[in-house]
Parts: sequence; C-alpha cells; structure tokens
Amino acid sequence: MAELKKTEIGTFLAKQGILIAFAAFMIGFALANQRFIELDNVFGVIRSSAILGVMALGVTFVVIGGNLDLSVGSMMSFSTIVVLDLHDKLGPGLAILAMFGLTLALGAFIGFLVGYLKLNSLIVTLGMLSAIHGLTLTWSGGKNMDIANKSGTWFAVFGQERIMGIPVPILIFALLAVVLSLLLSKTPFGRKVYAVGGNGQAATFSGIPRARVVFMTYLVSAFCVATAGLLQASRSMGSQNTVGQGMELEVLAAVILGGASLMGGAGTVFKTVIGVLILGFIQNGLLLVGLDFYVQYIVTWIIIILAVWLDVAAKRGRLWSPIA
Amino acid sequence: MSDQTPVLRLEGIVKTFPGVRALDGVSFSVLPGEVHALMGENGAGKSTLMKVLGGIHAPNEGQIFIAEEPTVMTSPMQAKAKGVVFIHQELSLADELSVAENIFLGELPLKGLGRVDWAKLYADTDAILQTLNVGFDARTRVGDLSIANQQMVEIGRALTVDPRAVIFDEPTASLTDAEKVVLFEVIADLQSRGVGIVYISHRMEEIFKITDRISVLRDGQYRGTLNTAETDEDEVTQLMIGRSLDLSRNESHHQMGDIALEVRGLGCGSLFQDVSFAVRKGEVLGFYGLVGAGRTEIAETIFGLRTPSAGQILLDGQEVHISSPIDALRLGISLVPEDRKSQGLVLSMNCRDNMTLPQVDDLTAGPFVSDGAEVAIFDQYRDKLDIRTPGWRQIVGNLSGGNQQKIVIGKWLSMRPEVLIVDEPTRGIDVGSKSEIHNLIRDLAAQGFAVIVISSEMPEVLHVSDRIVAMHSGRVMREFTSDEVTEDNLIQAISGITEKIA
Repeated sequence: MAELKKTEIGTFLAKQGILIAFAAFMIGFALANQRFIELDNVFGVIRSSAILGVMALGVTFVVIGGNLDLSVGSMMSFSTIVVLDLHDKLGPGLAILAMFGLTLALGAFIGFLVGYLKLNSLIVTLGMLSAIHGLTLTWSGGKNMDIANKSGTWFAVFGQERIMGIPVPILIFALLAVVLSLLLSKTPFGRKVYAVGGNGQAATFSGIPRARVVFMTYLVSAFCVATAGLLQASRSMGSQNTVGQGMELEVLAAVILGGASLMGGAGTVFKTVIGVLILGFIQNGLLLVGLDFYVQYIVTWIIIILAVWLDVAAKRGRLWSPIA
Repeated sequence: MSDQTPVLRLEGIVKTFPGVRALDGVSFSVLPGEVHALMGENGAGKSTLMKVLGGIHAPNEGQIFIAEEPTVMTSPMQAKAKGVVFIHQELSLADELSVAENIFLGELPLKGLGRVDWAKLYADTDAILQTLNVGFDARTRVGDLSIANQQMVEIGRALTVDPRAVIFDEPTASLTDAEKVVLFEVIADLQSRGVGIVYISHRMEEIFKITDRISVLRDGQYRGTLNTAETDEDEVTQLMIGRSLDLSRNESHHQMGDIALEVRGLGCGSLFQDVSFAVRKGEVLGFYGLVGAGRTEIAETIFGLRTPSAGQILLDGQEVHISSPIDALRLGISLVPEDRKSQGLVLSMNCRDNMTLPQVDDLTAGPFVSDGAEVAIFDQYRDKLDIRTPGWRQIVGNLSGGNQQKIVIGKWLSMRPEVLIVDEPTRGIDVGSKSEIHNLIRDLAAQGFAVIVISSEMPEVLHVSDRIVAMHSGRVMREFTSDEVTEDNLIQAISGITEKIA
C-alpha cells in the first residue's frame, strides 16, 4: 500500500513536473529578492514575454502536428517591418490588414511545401528563415523602419496601452491563448492535429486529410507571427530588420519546456504558456539576483536541458536507462 | 535429462509495476541442449520476464541462477557476458553497416592506436557465418539482406560469445516457411552444442515441432511446465487461457441478403490484375493467399488508398468512384488495416479519441467536439466488443494487443459501414482474444454486415468464412464455398497449382 502511494505521487510529479518546477523557481526567486513578485515586475515580465508567447502558441500547433517551424523569428521581423512601412503609406488599419495577408501568404507557402509536397519541415523552414530575411531586407532596402508621426496615430494601442490596468499585449496574449487552447483541445481540427502528429499513417487510414491539417497548422503559426509582429511594431513604433532574429529557438525552447513532443502528437497550449512564463521569469529572476546579462544565455540553456532530462526521466521512471 | 545442471534457472521471480503485479512468483529452468518454449497470452508476462532476465528490470523478489550460480543481472551486455543472449523479435541492426560490424558492434577487435583490425573482424565473422550456413559474407551491407538473413545476423551476434542460453523472442514472425527451416537447423545445431534455448512463440505448430518442454504463464503467474511429447495443443491452450479454443469449420448457414459490394476486373498496375468478386450482406468472404499475393492491395484500392488502373467497383449495384478514404467512409466502406500499430491507431491518444477519430467531424455541438456523444459511442462499443480498459482516458499504447485490435474494430464498426474489410484480424494477438474476434466477425455477418476477411492463417480463414477467394501473385485463382474447400485444394490454389477457374 505504501508502495502504491509512493508511485502515485511519482506519477503526479511526472505529470505536473513542469508546474512544480515553475512554482519552485518562483518561490526561490521571491525569497532571494522581494521585488520579483511585485505586481509591476510580474506584469513587466509577462508583457515582455507576450511577443515570444504569441509566437509559441502558433508553433505549438506545428510541433504537435509533427513538424518544426524555424522561420517564425525571421517572419516576425518581416511582419514588423511591413506593418511599419505600410503604416505611413496606407494608414494603420489597412497596413495591419495587408501585413496579416502577406504573413499568412508566407505561412501558406510553407504549409504547401511541408503539407502537400511533403518536404522535410526542418529544411523548408530553415530555408525560409533565410529567404524571408532576404525578403525583409529587400522590402526595407536594409534601412530601419520608423513611423514618422508617432503621436498622430492610434497604432500604439496594441503595444503600449493598458485596459483596466492590464497591458494590452498581455490581454492579447491571454485572449489568443484561450482561443487557441479551445481550438486545439475542443474542436475536430485540434483532434486531427494530434492524430496527424501522433501517427500520420493511421490518420490517413481514418480519412483525415493529412496534408490539409499540416497546411492549417502553418497558417495558425503565421497568424500568431503576424500578431506578434503587430505587438512588436506597436510597442517600438520603429524597428530594425533583425528584430525577430534568434527568436525561433527561444520559441521552440518554450514549447519544449512546456512538454510538447518534438516527435509530434503531444503537448497543450496551456503547457506552452507555462513554458513561456518559466523562460521569462527565469531570465527576469536571474537579472534581479544580479547575474550578468550574458550569463543568462548559459543558465537558460542549462535549465532547458534539465527540464527535458527530467521530463524524459519521469517517463522512463528512472534518471538513466541503458535503453532509450 | 533431469539430473543435468540447468544452464539457467529462475526462482520465484516477482516484479511489480504501479498497480500491476506483472510477474508473480515465476520459476522455471532450462537444461543444456534443451529447447524450452515459453508461452502465454499477450500480457501474461513473457516480455517482462525476459526484461528481468536481461537486467532491464530489477525483480522485486526472486533469484536468477546461471549454471546454479546466483547472479544479479544489470544490463543486456552483462547478461551476454554471462552467456545469456537474446534474439529479439524486432531486429535491432544498423542497416548501413556491414554484417561484420553489426555482429561485433560494440566489441570490434582493435589493433594499435585504436584502429579496427579489419582482417580479424572479417575472419572472425566469416567463421561465425560458416556455422550458420548462410549465403552472404561478412562484408555485405545489412540493409541489402532479406529479413530472414538479417535475423541470421542477429543470431550471429549471439555467437560472438560462447552462449550458455539463447532466448528467441517470436523469431519466425516475419519468416517464410523455407526460411523457418534454416532457423530450426540453427537452433538444432545450438542444441547439439549443449546450449539451452528459450523459445517464445504463439505458433503451436512450431512449438510442437522443435521444443522439448513448454512452460506456460498466465496473468504473470507460472502455470506449469509440460513435456512437449506428452501433451497436445488443447492442453497447452487450456493452461494459457483457462479454456479450450474453438477453431472448427464455419458451418453457419444463416440468411444472406443482396450483393453489397461487387468488384469487376479490378487491377492496379503490377500489384493485382483482373480481380472480380462479390460479397453479400450477411456474408463473410475470406481472402487467402501468401504474403505478397495482392490481398492487402485490393483492400487498399477499394478503400481509396490506391488508384485502380482498371475495373469497376459497385456498391449496391451502382458504380462508385473512390479516390480517398474519405470517399470510402462516406460510401459506407470501412477498413481495419493490417498493421494496427502503424495504420490502425494513434498510440499516444486515449481509447475514446482513437475510436471516434474517423467521425470526429460529425460529433460536434457547435464548434466543439461533444464529449457526451463521444463517450456514448465509446461506451457502446466497449460493451459490445468487451474491451477491457480502466476507462476511456487510458492511452491506447498501454493496452494489450487484443484490446488494441478491438479498439480498431470498434472504430470502424461505429462508422456503421455497409462493408467491413478486416485485414489480418488477429495478427500478433493471443489465442484468447483471437477466438473472441472470430466470434465477433461471425456475429457481424449475422447482423447483416458484408464482411471481407483477409488472412494468412488457414485455420482462421476456414473458421470464419462463408466463401473463400484464393489468390496467387496478384490474381484470383479460385473461389470456394465453405462446402467444397479443403486444406489441400486451398493450398494448391494459393501456390498457383490449379488452373484459374472463371
């Protein structure tokens, strides 16, 4: 009986490991520095995580569907530059619409290559990372983009305003997380994403249009990237061509930290949100305890490896195993 | 033989997992030069026992003796060093490496500066291959070998040490009859050298052909050891499942309805040509033939997974065009595929979600999947098919083979098809579940479904079918009614001996 109880706790720990780790980090940092849990710090962290978070929501769909998306950072730069440039030419409303349209078109292109032509997603999106960067530079002529009249537009509302005291980026992140969580966990489409990622052949035998489902996951991802680009542009009202550079790996780290399987078929939107927050709070906490900014890269990486290891160990039931 | 020292002896092995007593006091011993069968249904504990023996699981209680010396197993490598080697069902070879490199993987002979001593490697390997009497050499790339020859490489691996005991886990699962003969010769040779063999298999025929004793596990418990010469299939089956198994001829003669599905002159490239048959409502039509005779490909063509190059498919007398599984499902055709793990199930999903997958679009309330509707379907088919699972939340990958297969069948039955095609309904599942699935297929026909059963097992085809189509290399050789079919004329037909009868 005692043994059964122990294993039940073990199973619970394995299932909720990521939440427990999160709680442990929060308590640890809070004890080290009181400022860590003050409300404006918490808001600050979530707000600065929101852009990464929005992108991670979309990539969660792609990863559960059994593919990768390494182009999101580069695509986010594109969205940001495009919306800033078009803002002064078309006005904010049309600029946003046009930017969403163009970003979705890029997502559709990737989805076509990976879904319908069945090309390897790692290669396609790695290539698109470069290609889209080139596209961005071509668009901007290599120059930084700025909105000329920063005070004469409502465009700043997405990145800088607060509603009922809560920063708008947090609200958008939360809203999108809720909507996409419902989409993934409650709709037939979501179920098909899990099926296609879990076992594509079985999905085909079940009459699920595999290519279309994969295509759709890239559209979801592109939509999230466009939203992230909007938040980024609105927050800074000007941008370099490389604003999203390197974010694809941080996004992927958050998604994996949340427990989505790189093999496809497993993960949830909620867990990705936790992954995003852990990443954000760890970086913030390390800063508050006075660790050098550059050291953070190393520590963040160590934490991710630890998380992945614990996850695998929990599934195996021991820390090390001679067989995989 | 009983006064010999066992090469391997297990004493009171207990292994528990959360909530499960997987092994409950298992004891048995293997004598030198003996082939000892280990039998039991899926989930009876055979695999766990082997993992304990290989040091992958540590037993909670009990003791392993090698040549009567108490031994603690810590890893497969250590087991091998002690002379206990495993030939696994699923081959674990590196395709891109040579036979020699595979056989000596991890223990390549070296000369100075850590360089591989290729000359010695190839010489040693060829010496081993010689004892196996195979037709390939040490330098052959493993990926170029047939499955049977790859299995020989696995066996070759076992011979790099002087083994005391060799454990074969379902070694004949993917071998042809001719290849089996070679395998049995190798086993006989090991036997004559005083090696103890543990032989795990579901196939009674083989067990009675090559083993000396049979030990049976049921629900993790040791049920006894029988001398093969003094027992029969019935006794072994009873020990395994607690009752005997009915594999008599199908003699039911219930009322049949109209023709549900008719195929005229169907062909698909070089896979099969000029295939015609019809199946009535309430009828079970069996397809029998060798692997590669084109049976599965016909099923896949009817289900819209392949595009036919000739011929017509008629449903209820109307010609239909099926270009994808989506079309097939809409027309009321379901296919229970051959390979449940790779084609039938999403192993990482729960039982309910797997079962409702093909119809998830229709089970909605507003934009969302309706939990209630899904659970209702699951409950209905769980009861109907007697699926044993703790609940619908159980991940399918954790179920036994028989229950997994029932989930797949439930998935397609719940689509309420007019025509149900079942490809290898009982592959890799234990005898108990087998007979349940046979009964189920008969019941479905009695309820008015048109059922097509594709099988490579003759007793199965004879047991469930009303009519049997015999195929040989892509062509229908002959159609039999259950009255006129005999094992002999069926075998002749699938071997291509009889002339085609139109």
